[in-house]
Amino acid sequence: MLPPFDIDQSITRIVREEWGRILAALVARLGDLQLAEDVLQDAVVQALSTWANRGIPDSPAAWLIATANNKAIDILRRSSRFAALKPELKYLTELESPATDPEDLQSLPDKRLELIFTCCHPALDEKSRIALTLRTLGGLTTEEIAKAYLDKPKTMAQRLTRAKSKIALAGIAFQIPTNDQLQQRLNAVLAVIYLIFNEGYSATSGDQIVRSDLSNEAIRLARIIHSLLPEETEVAGLLSLMLLHDSRTPARRGRNNEIISLQDQHRSKWSKDKISEGTTLLKDTLRQQKVGTYQVQAAISALHAEADTWDTTDWQQINALYELLYSINPTPVVRINQSLAISYAQTPKKALETLKTIESDPSIKTYQPYFAARADLHARAGDHEEAREDLKTAINLSENTAQTDFLRKKLERIPNNTQ
Amino acid sequence: MQYMCLIYSKADSGPAPGTPEFSDYLKAYGEFTAMLQNKGAFVSGDALQPVATATTVTRENGKVETTDGPFAETKEQLGGYYLIECESLDTALELAAQIPTAEHGRIEVRPVMTFD
Repeated sequence: MLPPFDIDQSITRIVREEWGRILAALVARLGDLQLAEDVLQDAVVQALSTWANRGIPDSPAAWLIATANNKAIDILRRSSRFAALKPELKYLTELESPATDPEDLQSLPDKRLELIFTCCHPALDEKSRIALTLRTLGGLTTEEIAKAYLDKPKTMAQRLTRAKSKIALAGIAFQIPTNDQLQQRLNAVLAVIYLIFNEGYSATSGDQIVRSDLSNEAIRLARIIHSLLPEETEVAGLLSLMLLHDSRTPARRGRNNEIISLQDQHRSKWSKDKISEGTTLLKDTLRQQKVGTYQVQAAISALHAEADTWDTTDWQQINALYELLYSINPTPVVRINQSLAISYAQTPKKALETLKTIESDPSIKTYQPYFAARADLHARAGDHEEAREDLKTAINLSENTAQTDFLRKKLERIPNNTQ
Repeated sequence: MQYMCLIYSKADSGPAPGTPEFSDYLKAYGEFTAMLQNKGAFVSGDALQPVATATTVTRENGKVETTDGPFAETKEQLGGYYLIECESLDTALELAAQIPTAEHGRIEVRPVMTFD
């Protein structure tokens, strides 16, 4: 028999992989997210002791479902509402004859889409959508989510409880939205996944190691949704975009965890597997000619991935893609990113002219990347004084030490021609 | 489930009474109410007199305190409500978004509490 430590690890792995699928199936049956989560959690605790003694069953997922199901029946029977449930006796009998053998498990309807649409419902606030998605579909523990978002476990637990309570009390339905609402609701789901990815990728603050798990989790969630909605091009676009971004992770940090900009990264360190998966997926998707913001961003990322060096990057095409992106999604952030492409496709001066068009937008006043980008353009245009000013502003606005160090180094490198 | 749709808007923000826009606005309300009734979603609904007509009472140690005006001074004022019956929040929100005042005001949608 395996030592308990390995059993624990295997169970943790199984639970992480199967959690979302099992939980979604339980919610569909029980109609109650909190109850489903409680009984599944109890089943996992029971699995730890039972499997340690008797070994892991052939189908751990089927075992967990059956056990969770029985616990739900116990709770429902004991509840004071049992009498009121009489009309639903048929439903209770259905619960009592669950699918327990592995063959049946395969035919268990996949309800993960219903679950993610519920968790990312616009009636919930953004932070709760993220936390709920990580908890219910990702199978992260409340402590893990709290750690990743620098919250106290108690605060995070309260947030999750409030969100689940709102779902139940406000009657947020466990269903895939109707056709006329699907696109808008899908956008909300994709936004949550991309926020999770970026929290891990950019690590605005907090523990780097916990954070990179978030990026992997976002990619895993996008894979699930892509497998369930293969015809939705923006889902594929987002998955491709995240794979391409993530391919650079091994090259983005130096020996002392310092940030290395795209320009200075050792491209040989980029993950070829992820680049190949991302670009193949993107090419298949673009062929369907249903373009959206994630696909365009992925295309930009793919052009970087395909370039052997910074200097041989196809800046003309990247600039054109940013123009397309701006026509779909006219935000200052797009212009900021485009300005870099313009500076190489044309000149830094031209790029500064583009940045001038968004200068009066109030949202950029505290946006660190705007000042960092403008500093870079000024420095390359020879306006060293302006570059220094912008870098100082960017340093004041940055939220973590890696970013501050990165900007400080840039500041030191600017020639001081005023003396 | 039943949902209360509370209709809020800033004073003087909608079409002014007496204008053609105002009669269109009233007509839109009539059509909206009829639509709810046809769907079987209508429970009740009314417009309220302006907030200047409000009186607030409270009882402290058995003594009734009466004050002029609304309980809370807010820029957006409660101008009316619909009580609707529908199966989920999604349907309630879809219907609430069609309330004519949603164009210039806001609709707060709250599930009605049930005791069982």
